[in-house]
Amino acid sequence: MKTIKNIGLVIFLVGLAIFTFTIFTGSFSLNESEFNAFINAKDYKSEIIHDELKKAVVTDEDLNIFEFSSRVRKAYKTSNDYYDGLIAKYDSEKNWDKKGEQFQYKIYGKPHTLSYEIAKKAGSGFVKDNAGMVWWLTFGLAILGALLFILPNFILLGSKGIKNDGIYHESSTNRGWIAWLVLVYLVAFYLLLYFFPDYVVVWTYILDPISKFLNGGPASQWFVYGFLYCTIMLVMAIRMYIKYRHNKYQIIRTTSVLFFQIVFAFLIPEIMTSLNMPGYDFKNAFPLDYDFFFEWNLEALRNSGAIGLFILVWGIVLTLIIVPVMVYFFGKRWYCSWVCGCGGLAETLGDPYRQHSDKSLKAWKLERWIIHAVLVFSLLMTVVTLYCYFSGTQSFLGINSQWIKDTYSFLIGAWFAGVIGTGFYPIFGNRVWCRFGCPLAAYLGLVQRFKSRFRITTNGGQCISCGNCSTYCEQGIDVRAYAQKGENIIRSSCVGCGICSAVCPRGVLKLENGPEKGRINPTEILLGNDLDLMTLVNRKNEA
Amino acid sequence: MEHIVIIGNGISGITAARHIRKLSDKKITIVSSETDYFFSRTALMYVYMGHMKFEHTQPYENWFWKKNRLELKKGYVQQIDTEAKTLFFSNNNTLIYDKLIIATGSKPNKFGWPGQDLEGVQGLYSKQDLEGVEKYAPNNTICKRAVIVGGGLIGIELAEMLSSRNIPVTFLVRESSFWNGVLPEGESNMLNRHIKNHHIDLRLGINLKEIKSDKKGRAKSVIIAETGEEIACDFVGLTAGVSPNIDFLKSSNIATNRGVLVNKYLETNVKDVYAIGDCAEQQEPTNNRRPIEAVWYTGRMMGETLAQTICGNKMAYKPGHWFNSAKFFDIEYQTYGWVYASPKENEAHFHWIHNDDTKCITMAYDKNTYRFLGINTFGIRVRHAIFDKWLTEKCKVDYVLEHLADANFDPEFYNLYEKEIVSKFNSENNTNIQPKKKSWKRIFQTSL
Repeated sequence: MKTIKNIGLVIFLVGLAIFTFTIFTGSFSLNESEFNAFINAKDYKSEIIHDELKKAVVTDEDLNIFEFSSRVRKAYKTSNDYYDGLIAKYDSEKNWDKKGEQFQYKIYGKPHTLSYEIAKKAGSGFVKDNAGMVWWLTFGLAILGALLFILPNFILLGSKGIKNDGIYHESSTNRGWIAWLVLVYLVAFYLLLYFFPDYVVVWTYILDPISKFLNGGPASQWFVYGFLYCTIMLVMAIRMYIKYRHNKYQIIRTTSVLFFQIVFAFLIPEIMTSLNMPGYDFKNAFPLDYDFFFEWNLEALRNSGAIGLFILVWGIVLTLIIVPVMVYFFGKRWYCSWVCGCGGLAETLGDPYRQHSDKSLKAWKLERWIIHAVLVFSLLMTVVTLYCYFSGTQSFLGINSQWIKDTYSFLIGAWFAGVIGTGFYPIFGNRVWCRFGCPLAAYLGLVQRFKSRFRITTNGGQCISCGNCSTYCEQGIDVRAYAQKGENIIRSSCVGCGICSAVCPRGVLKLENGPEKGRINPTEILLGNDLDLMTLVNRKNEA
Repeated sequence: MEHIVIIGNGISGITAARHIRKLSDKKITIVSSETDYFFSRTALMYVYMGHMKFEHTQPYENWFWKKNRLELKKGYVQQIDTEAKTLFFSNNNTLIYDKLIIATGSKPNKFGWPGQDLEGVQGLYSKQDLEGVEKYAPNNTICKRAVIVGGGLIGIELAEMLSSRNIPVTFLVRESSFWNGVLPEGESNMLNRHIKNHHIDLRLGINLKEIKSDKKGRAKSVIIAETGEEIACDFVGLTAGVSPNIDFLKSSNIATNRGVLVNKYLETNVKDVYAIGDCAEQQEPTNNRRPIEAVWYTGRMMGETLAQTICGNKMAYKPGHWFNSAKFFDIEYQTYGWVYASPKENEAHFHWIHNDDTKCITMAYDKNTYRFLGINTFGIRVRHAIFDKWLTEKCKVDYVLEHLADANFDPEFYNLYEKEIVSKFNSENNTNIQPKKKSWKRIFQTSL
């Protein structure tokens, strides 16, 4: 069994290595007619870009993606620099008309995104020509290896039950060098995906056939990400099924979160795209879906007829009505650990790292400041955006709409949710984003704390303060602090994953939706004592 | 300011300290020779198994003590002079107290076996014991086999620990069936099978004769009394119960028997000296309880009670209904009220076991009045508050069976067994009890 595991690990690493290595393959250039087609479609007003780009990309040289990207970016920069120079010149001459004319010639967009668009069309080579075979060598091998690594656990873990043996002895799950290596790889992946998509354009070639099948078009970097996401969740869900096979709650929850990711977040939007509709993830609620009210999205929905209107109404109803009502009945878990895609990855890929969340009081204080600040930030951004959208102005309350959107997208959307949120799994635990950053979680948390039927019930006086619950709480809640006092756990951050209840060796914790009355029971111990003592003890405040 | 000194930083001493601090501004010093900070003794096994790190077993962050003005002193108390109200430490330090709380817990029993003090022979009680297991049984190359002597809760935990590192374990149990001094036959037998399923070499009805030493003074094998068989091993776990850790009191004038003798107010024979937790021996134990209870919860309760007394609100230790819980490998166990290993004269037991052999319950009730006396559950979680109420209200066993669904505490979506259980009772007793659906209303009438 151990041997099978090791073989699996080697196969997985080979698949991963090939996948990583493909970035460095391929040759990038356009011929005259391809270039003309591209430039005509683009309809640039700049008189310079045509020649500059042509010099850069129409070539017999065998350019790799890095050389190609650098040339393309330079072409765009040359063009923009030229018009910036003119703007500065007319500005100093106070020739306002001329100055204003120049802006139309500038080409907007992130350099690496502009370069990605051309690169997507310019690549050729082994990967592009053999996408199917390369898929098997990368995804295929990695999936096979991972399964060979995971499936033997069915036997190796022994009889059904909680088997966290050795978690703090293994480098990978105890913040050892393997964990750091995984962190570096994940962070690098997100940096490339968000900020240097052109460098990983080869990955899109691997998935072009699948993308064409699903939505009729070639794969984008987001398709690659979505496909990877689903694949990883599926494989790691199998790990969850084996690990928690004695626990129906975990099995059903894992199935639910997997279903919503694959069907709602991945397949439905792809199919909608193939039907010329806007691709929309029906479960992705604002403000987690922070660009729902951005101009481009509202425009897209307005131009999509009935379905667009439906999505618009659905999105608003989801956030304002469905989400809080469901939280009232079931707690925020219905979203965070049963439906949400971020939560889905955290509960599958992230499960081996759940013990790393910081349980200190300091972390809790910090968490409350940061997460509510992000909520306020997202709402402020939306107010500004909508005001500007309807009034046709550039800014509101002295805040430039484009600036605040860009800032939020960059800081929160890319860095916090992606690079830190997932990249930091192996060291800081699997729910850094959900705990510290997610504005939707903050909103759900407020409802859960003050108006919900959900609680984690503590079973009388049975707690032995062992600490398993706190250790394995991915949200950094010091569950034990409540359990040992006989108090129910009512915390806005609890995502109801149910692991505290699963790892408790004495059966002290149960997630339930009960009557609101008596949900919060600030007692000091506990059953087993006679009542006079308990009355006395409960009259006092906590030391 | 009155100075309260507590010897021992386990659950009893720490609970007393916390509650005294809540109720007063007295000066509090907690003395321990074991660790710097309070930790959960019950969780030691999980540190060895790699479920947690040692610091995770500490319920309070390190700043907690200073913030609440609870002074921590590391040291070993060798002698107490109750006349001068002075503690003498092994390093010649002294400490003067106004009131003293002895909360020194237990130590593993040793019954005078030859070789019981060899290297690699130890119990599993203290942090030092944990370090010992880590030293003598770090893996299955250094420790090719371990032998555990004594079949109680600590014994089976030690077996689980060692097997988590694939160390072969021989488990010597004096009784004819595991823990059958406490558990009814059906449950005890189920555990025998469960232990064997975990590849533990369980030897029932077996006593230890001696532990043999190698040239370096380390244990190398054990000899079995009944057969004379010699079992080679590198580690011997002595888990034949615990007894009060009070040797240091021998020279003082504090009265002791097996433990420190206390009245129902937890007072010793010496004024201003109290004892709580494992080391205390009740002179007048209440409702069927033993004079010495080495249990987490009772230690905690004594700490709370004594804090009231010390803060001017004299209070007797009056524990409520007995409850306890444990875990045997993968099977959780909870008990409420009294279920004896064999029913007393006026009692009957009802036993139900699931056909997967990992879940069972035993209910004890009065044969004549049908009053419900207690329950053991294995592999099924049940609500403490509900059973506490049923016991207080002296409910009848048929009422309990009828409302069993209210008491279920398993995670959501788990299979429920109330119907099965009740129908078995009905067929055995010619009754016609109909289980009722779970009712939040009834559950919440009970919760505090």
